[in-house]
Amino acid sequence: MLARDRKSSARGPGAVAAPARPATGATGVPDDASLLKMLYSMKLTRAIETRIERKLYRQGKIVGGVYVGRGQEAISVGAAMHMRRGGGEDHDDIVSPSHRDMAVFLMQGVPPERILAQYMGRRTGLTRGRDGNMHMGDLRHRLVAFVSHLGDSIPVAAGCALTFRMRGTDQVSFCFFGEGATSRGDWHEGLNFAAVLKLPVVFICNNNQYAYSTHVSRQMKVERVSDRARGYGMPGESQDGNDVRVVYEAVGRAVARARRGEGPTLLEFVTFRMTGHSAHDDAGYVPKALFEEWERKDPIRLFEDDLKGRGLLDAGALQAMESRIEAELDEAVAWAESQPYPDPEECLIGVYHEQA
Amino acid sequence: MALTTYVEAIKQGIWEEMERDDRVFILGEDVGVYGGAFKVTEGMLDRFGEMRVIDTPISESAIVGAAIGAALMGMRPIAEMQFIDFISCAFDQITNFAAKNRYRWGAGVPMVIRGPSGGGVHGGPYHSQNPEMYFVHTPGLKVVAPATAYDAKGLIKAAIRDEDPVIYLEHKYLYRRIKEEIPKEDYIVPIGQAAVRREGRDLTILTYGAMLYQALEAAETLAREPGIQTEVVDLRSLLPLDKDAILNAARKTGKVLVVHEDTRTGGIAGEIAAIINEEVFEYLDGPVLRVTAPDTPVPYSPPLEEFFLPNKEKILKAARQLAAY
Amino acid sequence: MSTVLRRSRKTPASRGEREPPPRGLLPDPPRPMQNPGLSRQQLREIHRFLCLNRLVEDRLSALYRQGQIHGGLYSSLGQEGISVGTAYALAPDDLLAPMIRNIGSLLVRGVAPLTLFLQFLARADAPTGGKDGTLHFDDLDKSIVGPISVLGTLIPVMTGAALAARMRGENRVALTYIGDGGTSTGDFHEGLNLAAVLNLPLILVVENNGYAYSTPTHRQFAVQSLAERGPAYGVASESIDGTDVLAVYAATRRAVERGRRGGGPTLLECRAFRRRGHAEHDDMRYVPKALLQAWEKRDPLDRLEGFLLHEGEATKKELRAAREEIGPALDEAARSALERPYPPPEETLRGVYHGTE
Repeated sequence: MLARDRKSSARGPGAVAAPARPATGATGVPDDASLLKMLYSMKLTRAIETRIERKLYRQGKIVGGVYVGRGQEAISVGAAMHMRRGGGEDHDDIVSPSHRDMAVFLMQGVPPERILAQYMGRRTGLTRGRDGNMHMGDLRHRLVAFVSHLGDSIPVAAGCALTFRMRGTDQVSFCFFGEGATSRGDWHEGLNFAAVLKLPVVFICNNNQYAYSTHVSRQMKVERVSDRARGYGMPGESQDGNDVRVVYEAVGRAVARARRGEGPTLLEFVTFRMTGHSAHDDAGYVPKALFEEWERKDPIRLFEDDLKGRGLLDAGALQAMESRIEAELDEAVAWAESQPYPDPEECLIGVYHEQA
Repeated sequence: MALTTYVEAIKQGIWEEMERDDRVFILGEDVGVYGGAFKVTEGMLDRFGEMRVIDTPISESAIVGAAIGAALMGMRPIAEMQFIDFISCAFDQITNFAAKNRYRWGAGVPMVIRGPSGGGVHGGPYHSQNPEMYFVHTPGLKVVAPATAYDAKGLIKAAIRDEDPVIYLEHKYLYRRIKEEIPKEDYIVPIGQAAVRREGRDLTILTYGAMLYQALEAAETLAREPGIQTEVVDLRSLLPLDKDAILNAARKTGKVLVVHEDTRTGGIAGEIAAIINEEVFEYLDGPVLRVTAPDTPVPYSPPLEEFFLPNKEKILKAARQLAAY
Repeated sequence: MSTVLRRSRKTPASRGEREPPPRGLLPDPPRPMQNPGLSRQQLREIHRFLCLNRLVEDRLSALYRQGQIHGGLYSSLGQEGISVGTAYALAPDDLLAPMIRNIGSLLVRGVAPLTLFLQFLARADAPTGGKDGTLHFDDLDKSIVGPISVLGTLIPVMTGAALAARMRGENRVALTYIGDGGTSTGDFHEGLNLAAVLNLPLILVVENNGYAYSTPTHRQFAVQSLAERGPAYGVASESIDGTDVLAVYAATRRAVERGRRGGGPTLLECRAFRRRGHAEHDDMRYVPKALLQAWEKRDPLDRLEGFLLHEGEATKKELRAAREEIGPALDEAARSALERPYPPPEETLRGVYHGTE
């Protein structure tokens, strides 16, 4: 039933189908396995992005720009835990991530090597070299590729949710964006549309306080992005974006609302962009004190401490996890670097259905 | 067969596709309760319900964006722009999201964006536009412009069934002025195919939309005086263009006149002239000429709009000039 | 949950007539009008502008029925209090950008009825020379910026105009209008957000008249009052009875003062009802009759006249005279406009660029 191109070429190694993940419990309290999974996902994301930004990019191995979500991993991870997948088109949720949501891709089953190949512009990257860095998607992983025109994805996410409503399922559409994107007309039109039609969308705002060099106080007059929710007649809340458990719980509630047919929610997670806008931006316009303050609130370190405190993690297990991640990453980088570039003539194919 | 107006034909085409395919639905302003500003969707709300005929807020960008999202999820949305002039509000969604999706990551967006285009109704600058070239210039889109009731129905069906985003331009001037007998059985008109409306050996007019009728009237006059036999070809599809039809036009008569209501610079006549020039230059017996609107916004006052719009007289003048080569 | 959303099989054929009035579209109980400190002369002047608004539109309607008007005609019947009350609260050099149902604001600003007739009749002497119709014209000498058909676009434009005024050290506020439907547009959002973050003196009058063409407000947005959107942008907002021209005036004055002292934008929701169709051709069968009846009782002109009589600010005779005075001048203007020539055809090509006028 999905109108997708079934003749697309093989996309390389890495399993596409993961076992069906059941819906998370309504209580909002993750079990131990989930907690460890969240930690692993955050650390894997951090490792990949660090490798890309601080090593591969500087070695000239990346094509185009690099946009990482350092310091913001809790948002993508805490939310992605609630995404239903593996159960087919009438069961699985759909996600419209933004450029700082690499964790969402990983947790939706995209193998790291495909992401790295994507960054390197290779034929076996997720978009076959058609677009770069985080501009990727794959409906088999229930990921809608965003466009650079931030804000555009909001009505699209609403449209996915509209389909779920029409079909009478309890699927949810997740939509990620930064605080800067909320200034766009498309953002407004999409939220209003979702609200008036009571669509099952969970709007997730990563308020990392800077849109390139524009501080949030120059982006909007309201204190909090979630203040905007009342203008649409939808619930909105603001939470600590550096606490993955808080994110998990808040998203879980919004997802439950949406599945019950109660409509959309606007969630704002306040965090901080620990890098420049992109790899080439040294963020000289950000007061150093802010970086220092937020470094102390690193979401990964905070979570590690929390898990250690609960007896779920010890130094040994952490070490093992880190080693595993590094090994996985080395293998993924090696694979990606070995991948061919697309043939030049591939430029002409895939514009239309007939040419796929 | 039944005598059907152009607007009724569009409505029938949409209605039949909605019956045939559960995935097809309509969204836009005033399409449901009101039946559409031009009544294209009248009666559909009662028949198909409010989940398939959706009255939206005034949000062209969200209308198109939501259609994209629904298409990605397997639906076949028809997004209505109340006047095609307002398609500019959704420019970004159309050109940067819908058009590029398949190319970028393999996910096609089967959707139709349709609306009334064109002038001659005292609509002024914002209710008379012909915006086709913004979209003809965007790879990944398809653009069609039917001129007959038969084609209106066949092309809307083809557009709905197409796997890629189609901009469907229905000329408002033709809505109730054009009537013809159309078959009751299911049929489509393939996208990318022109149609010869009148045969002739001396000169070819390539045109589309409401200008077809001006061209046909001119051809009729030319046949009597000065006895020129004019072939009139209705392009029907602007992206993709029927290149064979264009090349054959030059081969058959050696004299080609392109007529369009769109403004001159950047209008499709330039593209057609370039194609002919590149590929069948040797067949030409005279330059490719064009009759178009001037490079201005569509003016409101009747004498200004009359000056602006191409018409039979302007076509005759150019045709005689070309015939004299 | 989801089952309600499936195809509805029992919908009545003619929705508008048989549906009860949508919740929230009925008028609130009226509050007594109050004089916000206006002199008798000012009150009479406001009365005169309401009459002029009504009678100008009556003339236009008549011309439309005679087939003289090309294009559309959009009535502000029942909403004149909003156009007049808001414009009356501005200084002559404050920036004013009317929308399609704000003829009253132009009249307050001193635009002659003849000018409006020439525009609708597409004559050469119209401000646009026949290039565009209705109220799509500017008069920068009167600090008027005209609209285009695309809704919402005036908001970022007037934000920019207010910005320019501030850059030049001018203490001018910028006032424009948007309908309930227009608030759904992206430009509404971007414009208001920009005005808020730059703390500009933009007064955005949201005319909530219940319907955007055939779309009632509950299909347009999910809030009860559009004044809720003010805090969502960090701007001050109020919700006013739009049929009370004096309340509209008072609220606008508050907004003007706020703007002038650097307090930023105001969103002013003025509630009224669109008592005619979207345009002359629309019979608005989708509007429940009960709604129209309820709102007819809230006619802004009737309400003001009742107030003036009650307060002893005018007699019945004086009110009638005020109305009757207007007629002959309007007849003359209409007649004059009809006699004016159309623009010459070549005018089409002029004025696209600077230097081509």
